[in-house]
Amino acid sequence: MFKQKHYLALGAVTLAALLIFSLPPRATERLKLAVGSLFLPLFGLAHNAEQLPVAAADAAMSRRELLQLTENLRRENDQLKVVALQADATARENDQLRSALGWQRQVPWKLKLASVITRDPANWWRTIEIDLGSRDGISTNLPVLTAEGLVGRVSSVGLTRSQVVLLGDPNCKASALVENPAHDMGIISASGPLDNSLVELTYLSSSANLKPGQSVITSGLGGVFPPGIPIGLVAEEARPVEFGLYTEARVKLAANLGALEQVWVLFK
Amino acid sequence: MNLLNTILIFAFAFLAVFGEAAFPGVRHLLGAQVDLLPAIMVYAALNANLATIALLAIFGGLWFDALSVNPLGITILPLFTAGFVIFSQRDLILRGISFAQMVLGAAASAVVPALTVLLLLTAGKEPLLGWGSLWQWLVMTAGGAVATPVIFALFAWCNHALGYQPRKETSFRSDREILRGRN
Repeated sequence: MFKQKHYLALGAVTLAALLIFSLPPRATERLKLAVGSLFLPLFGLAHNAEQLPVAAADAAMSRRELLQLTENLRRENDQLKVVALQADATARENDQLRSALGWQRQVPWKLKLASVITRDPANWWRTIEIDLGSRDGISTNLPVLTAEGLVGRVSSVGLTRSQVVLLGDPNCKASALVENPAHDMGIISASGPLDNSLVELTYLSSSANLKPGQSVITSGLGGVFPPGIPIGLVAEEARPVEFGLYTEARVKLAANLGALEQVWVLFK
Repeated sequence: MNLLNTILIFAFAFLAVFGEAAFPGVRHLLGAQVDLLPAIMVYAALNANLATIALLAIFGGLWFDALSVNPLGITILPLFTAGFVIFSQRDLILRGISFAQMVLGAAASAVVPALTVLLLLTAGKEPLLGWGSLWQWLVMTAGGAVATPVIFALFAWCNHALGYQPRKETSFRSDREILRGRN
């Protein structure tokens, strides 16, 4: 039925697959980055092509519209300055109280803006790649967020790009706190493969009293995500799991993971 | 089978992987990204030699895994399995018929992700699976079925546009030429 060359081809491909699959993790990581970097020129081209309509729209914008836009931005900037002043005062007060209690001082967040280059082509993972790498000071497990809320964490780092595993992927779990009187705590874990705006808040205590609309933030436990980053809103009441051993509820994410274009990497 | 066809197969596979990673439009629309590599593998299995099929499985798999969280090399065997099975039966397949291309595209697009997930689970990984995965699998199968005849047409067009065309026979025959004048 099969000729000798068929067996040879079958053997050669199996051997190649096994060889690559059994490489040490470090070598695999390097090989993966090397192969992935073949696509970089195309990603550059795609980015430039995406920018063309934006540039064309900018060029077509009238002076009056631009002035209006500038005026709006100036007003918003003034408002934000006042908010920043208030925040500074609160931070100073916080520092004073912390030093009075002998607590450690809170370190201000350092953020770096990154552009999203690609999404995982496989349907069974939820990851993106960003255009910052070890050259920009990125390391693994750094939190990634948008202005709306938490997005995920850096899972692997190359020289010029990094992979970010998003909330809802089985490899990204976060300790979360519900902003209700009981301050219920749980773990954010994967939900279904279709809707990427919902995640599961699990391992809540059996007495947890969650109400839809309550906000969920990072608790700071686990050491990866600092406390206080918004995650989303509780979407439904908690339901018992494992014969009432613990409860879980769905959370609607604050950040729109389907439309990520730029994200912030948070340096600790 | 010529070198141009082999180059086109690899170029299409490279662009397909890039497109899947860079343009998530189908994913937003249908909830799943359609994988074009199985469809290209169907074309290669019906039109190329075994070495090209093996190399397409290796390089296509590596390119796909490099842009994914998949362990590097895990897509090679599923792709090659699909290509090898079609290649071994290709004398029995009416490769020029669009319906046959669709059926083969659907089968390859269904088998490749299923085998990949199976290998991932065997390797101890935790892919994101659920009832929604069935829908994603259906979308990938249907997408592959639709894409395969299109890919065949695209390859035919590229081969026609870029390859050497056979010289057309003329009706002129020198032994039948009527020579005018007096001898």
